[in-house]
Amino acid sequence: MTALIPDESALTAGTTVRPGRRYGFFTDTTLCIGCKACEVACKEWNALPADIPGLTGMSYDNTVDLSADTWRHVLFVEKIAPQAGGERVTTMPPFQSNWLMMSDVCKHCSPAPCLEACPTGSLFRTEFDTVVVQQDICNGCGYCVPACPFGVVDLNLSDGKAHKCTLCYDRLKGGLEPACAKSCPTDSIQFGEIDDLTERARGRVEELRGLGRDDAYLYGAPGTPGATGGIERLNAFFLLTDRPEVYNLPEHPTRPAERFAPGMAAGLAAVAGLTLAAALLFGRNGGGDGGRP
Amino acid sequence: MPSLGATYGRGAATLPQWDVANADAILIMGSNMAESHPIAYRFVLQAKQKGATVMHADPRFTRTSAMADLYAPVRAGSDIAFLGGIIRHILENDLWFREYALHYTNLATIIDERFRGADELDGVFSGWDEEGRRYVYDSWQYEGMTVPSSLAEHHVNTTESFNDETKRLSHAPVPQDLTLEHPNCVYRIMRRHYARYTPEMVERVTGCPADVFLKVCEALTRNSGRERTATICYAVGWTHHSTGVQIIRAAAIIQALLGNVGRPGGGILALRGHTSIQGSTDIPTLYNMLPGYLPMPHAYKPHDTLKDYLEIEETPTGWWSNFPKYAVSLFRAWYGDAATPGNDWGYDWLPRIVGDHSQLPLTLAVRDGIIKGLFVMGQNPVVGSSNAGMVRRGLANLEWMVVRDFTETETAAFWHHGDARPQDIATEVFLMPCTFAGEKAGSFTNTHRLVQWHDAVVEGPGDSRSELWFMHHLALRVKALYAGSTDPKDAPVRHLTWDYPVRGPKQEPDAEAVLKEINGYTWASDPAERRQIADFKDLKDDGSTACGCWIYCGAFPADDHNKTRDRTPDGPDGPGTHLNWAFAWPSNRRTLNNRASADPDGKPWSERKRLLWWDAEQERWTGHDEPDFPEEKPPHFEPDWDSKPTGMDAITGNDPFIMIADGKASLFVPSGLKDGPLPTHYEPLESPVPNPLYKQQGNPTAKRWEHDDNELHPIGDPAHPYVLTTYRLTEHHSGGAPTRSVPTTAELQPEGFAEIPPELAAELGITTLDWVVLETARGAIETRALVTERLRPFVIDGRRVHQIGMPWHYGWHGYATGDIANVLTACVGDPNTSMHENKALTCALRKGRLAR
Repeated sequence: MTALIPDESALTAGTTVRPGRRYGFFTDTTLCIGCKACEVACKEWNALPADIPGLTGMSYDNTVDLSADTWRHVLFVEKIAPQAGGERVTTMPPFQSNWLMMSDVCKHCSPAPCLEACPTGSLFRTEFDTVVVQQDICNGCGYCVPACPFGVVDLNLSDGKAHKCTLCYDRLKGGLEPACAKSCPTDSIQFGEIDDLTERARGRVEELRGLGRDDAYLYGAPGTPGATGGIERLNAFFLLTDRPEVYNLPEHPTRPAERFAPGMAAGLAAVAGLTLAAALLFGRNGGGDGGRP
Repeated sequence: MPSLGATYGRGAATLPQWDVANADAILIMGSNMAESHPIAYRFVLQAKQKGATVMHADPRFTRTSAMADLYAPVRAGSDIAFLGGIIRHILENDLWFREYALHYTNLATIIDERFRGADELDGVFSGWDEEGRRYVYDSWQYEGMTVPSSLAEHHVNTTESFNDETKRLSHAPVPQDLTLEHPNCVYRIMRRHYARYTPEMVERVTGCPADVFLKVCEALTRNSGRERTATICYAVGWTHHSTGVQIIRAAAIIQALLGNVGRPGGGILALRGHTSIQGSTDIPTLYNMLPGYLPMPHAYKPHDTLKDYLEIEETPTGWWSNFPKYAVSLFRAWYGDAATPGNDWGYDWLPRIVGDHSQLPLTLAVRDGIIKGLFVMGQNPVVGSSNAGMVRRGLANLEWMVVRDFTETETAAFWHHGDARPQDIATEVFLMPCTFAGEKAGSFTNTHRLVQWHDAVVEGPGDSRSELWFMHHLALRVKALYAGSTDPKDAPVRHLTWDYPVRGPKQEPDAEAVLKEINGYTWASDPAERRQIADFKDLKDDGSTACGCWIYCGAFPADDHNKTRDRTPDGPDGPGTHLNWAFAWPSNRRTLNNRASADPDGKPWSERKRLLWWDAEQERWTGHDEPDFPEEKPPHFEPDWDSKPTGMDAITGNDPFIMIADGKASLFVPSGLKDGPLPTHYEPLESPVPNPLYKQQGNPTAKRWEHDDNELHPIGDPAHPYVLTTYRLTEHHSGGAPTRSVPTTAELQPEGFAEIPPELAAELGITTLDWVVLETARGAIETRALVTERLRPFVIDGRRVHQIGMPWHYGWHGYATGDIANVLTACVGDPNTSMHENKALTCALRKGRLAR
């Protein structure tokens, strides 16, 4: 496919998309204004159905979570009075919102637990180092769902298959920036090559710390919280100013395979033990069946 | 915006949106910018990343406040008390930018000795006519001369016609006392007027703690001056008040005192409430203006002949002295060869207005059966108009109504919903499918006067047609009906030129041909011989030029150059004015009054804030922007007063506000506003408290439209104790048709609600998602409660006052539904603009549901 504007992403995101390089998102939550343009752009581009569950009463969040039909989710945490019933503040520290907003998305982990759990090869790593479900191969076994430490992958009840963010695989092939990042008016969602993004993100953390925001940190970049438990990095990583749990992110995500070796050893030991016990128990009566009346 | 028009000369944002990134401080007030203008908000965040202080003053803590450094809570409708407090702070602490304000504003100008201020007369100004509920403006004039207002939005509404006295402006310079000692110079008058707006008084009236208010003052003044500039951003949170114009005026005074107008990163960004709303005042959908802010002839003003009209409305000095050229060129464009000097270029074919024909009185006229037929395009008044219940009842009195939209809106469906009885409603409703922006070509004029072209990218589905197609073919059919008429009253229709080329099987008119006419060309009967005009300086009053809207001259400067299509931005090395990106009126100038970016000698105030400067070698103004000043007028030019100069010859080399008769920003406005020369705090027409500042409670000139179906609550009404403010959400668009009917946007805010502070919720036993009933004298609605700390209780003049907020997007159609908030609001208006007051009213609240 030839795009209308070759390498459009060079114009919109300052990066060209080429196979063999690693791409992802850097989401700077200190710039998110909660406009949800990313949610709409994602659903429009990917032709995802709306859920329309009704008013939740949870701040301005009526999307609630990521799902098979929702691949971007803007989360709202109101802290207008730091303590419930306390004084509402009027002065805010630099780039610290009293109403936290974050656009959540599939992390495109490396290595990716969902991909490792997939028995059919439907989930695969693309030439852009992103993780995508191939819909024609997915058999709906659902192993990927509990494998994901972030609760991202979800089965669609109507087709029974797993769905999640593709990091706009089709757009990347056409040289376009992913829809959510392109629509973000404040560049809270930034698309680019992982190394560039990581460097930029580290610079941003330094900048914020220089302004007195000592609590700014990266979540998911190599060597930072979020890139733990055998996950080397999240290709969609975040800049946060509060504990991960406040953003509904696990403090210490772990790749299930990481638990596999000790788990396997314990499992094998248990099986061996049981086998031995069975042998002891039943072996005593070995051949005794014939002796029964 | 008559406010910015009366103060700076043009009713438009003074700076481009992207220039906000160059501000050192940003005050956002009367706007929830992050939610309502998220794309423009990127520039606020860019400024913040460069170290700017961002402040948000608002009745509600919003997504904008969340991204600010400082949030100042203010009670809805108390904005002038807050801004007046800032003015006092600047004056009393001598924090104003002396060289700028002394030379570029009318701070030193001496006012008529008969003038008495609201400080002396307890809330009204001299000239108040109690019986007529209006002002006589004589005592507001400059000493010895009458100053006409700049032609601007709502000009006919806001000004009287002037007599020979205005001609005295060309006899001598305006009377000034640069020592500021004269007791009636504007500086002294302002100090007296604002003396009572102390920080303690600001707290008493607005509820904003004095220390927070002072932090705002400090940040604004610290970031203004030679080296630094501050921007103020506002939107309909200021306009939707019975004092809306004067709120914006107060901001305009602050910016002129601080020297923030016409300079990089400084100015007032008027965030328009809608796509291309700026365009719809430039080429107006308003009843009282002709394109380019020319006044609409008025039956009760001395507008009998073209000569009268031009003489009365022409400003003798300043740029508006060119007004006759723009008027005659407009008539040539409209009436073509039928316009001749003998018939005043067809002036008599223009309709005359006889009063206020704006939306609110129109609504009442529909209600009372005076108006028989209605076209509704790009609007959903049953959701979006004040006193929406009355609007809906009124539609049943029409004989016919045409609704053009892409789905059946609540307005189109008024006759078959709820308690409506279709068998009793005779209104014939025509619902006609329209196309969306991407399905038609045309231009948008955005909030900072930037005109950008867009092409049709897909064909509209089914029978849908563009608005241009509809108006074009409607006009042709109407013209055909009158073609054979000899009745003189049909002449306006018969003589109207209507020769736009059409294309394709749908006969879609060529939108670029319309823009070519708006831009203007040399007149020739044969279209092939017409030549595009590149600059409005080339327009003539002799019929040799035709121009649909003079300020758009340059948008289509050559047959093969539609400048609104240009898309070349400046690179990272600057200069960042992006002159090759589309077209900004006037003449592609990005920052208005940019002569003020240089000092009186023509030098930039500082290296950091360079924009325009005088090049002594080339003897012309040069810099990064198109000069909003005569290119070759030197900074030290003085008019030769012996020759009785007129027009631009009467403007000195350091008068940057060329659309104002004396070339200076009007801190004090002698003409052009109905409700006073200086902004004064009045309570909203419905208020829980008496005015703490004056005996005069509300704006004395406010429009009230008394009607059985439009009752107001008394002051401090115990039956309606809470302040209600209505607002928008980022997830929905205005009346909701484009977003509530689209699943992907509807699901983001799927249901109506009211924001209630926890303190009030506790008093009334309300928890989140409970059903609650809101009620006013106009009607009652039910909705869901969202208990939130975004709202806080205020202590106003010793009383505890609760505020409730409610989005007004919802209706019963589409995927996202809810009761219509505007059922609660009233038809009351600002005296200058007739704009409603849906941002501040009072209401009752209880837990429960309506019996339906």
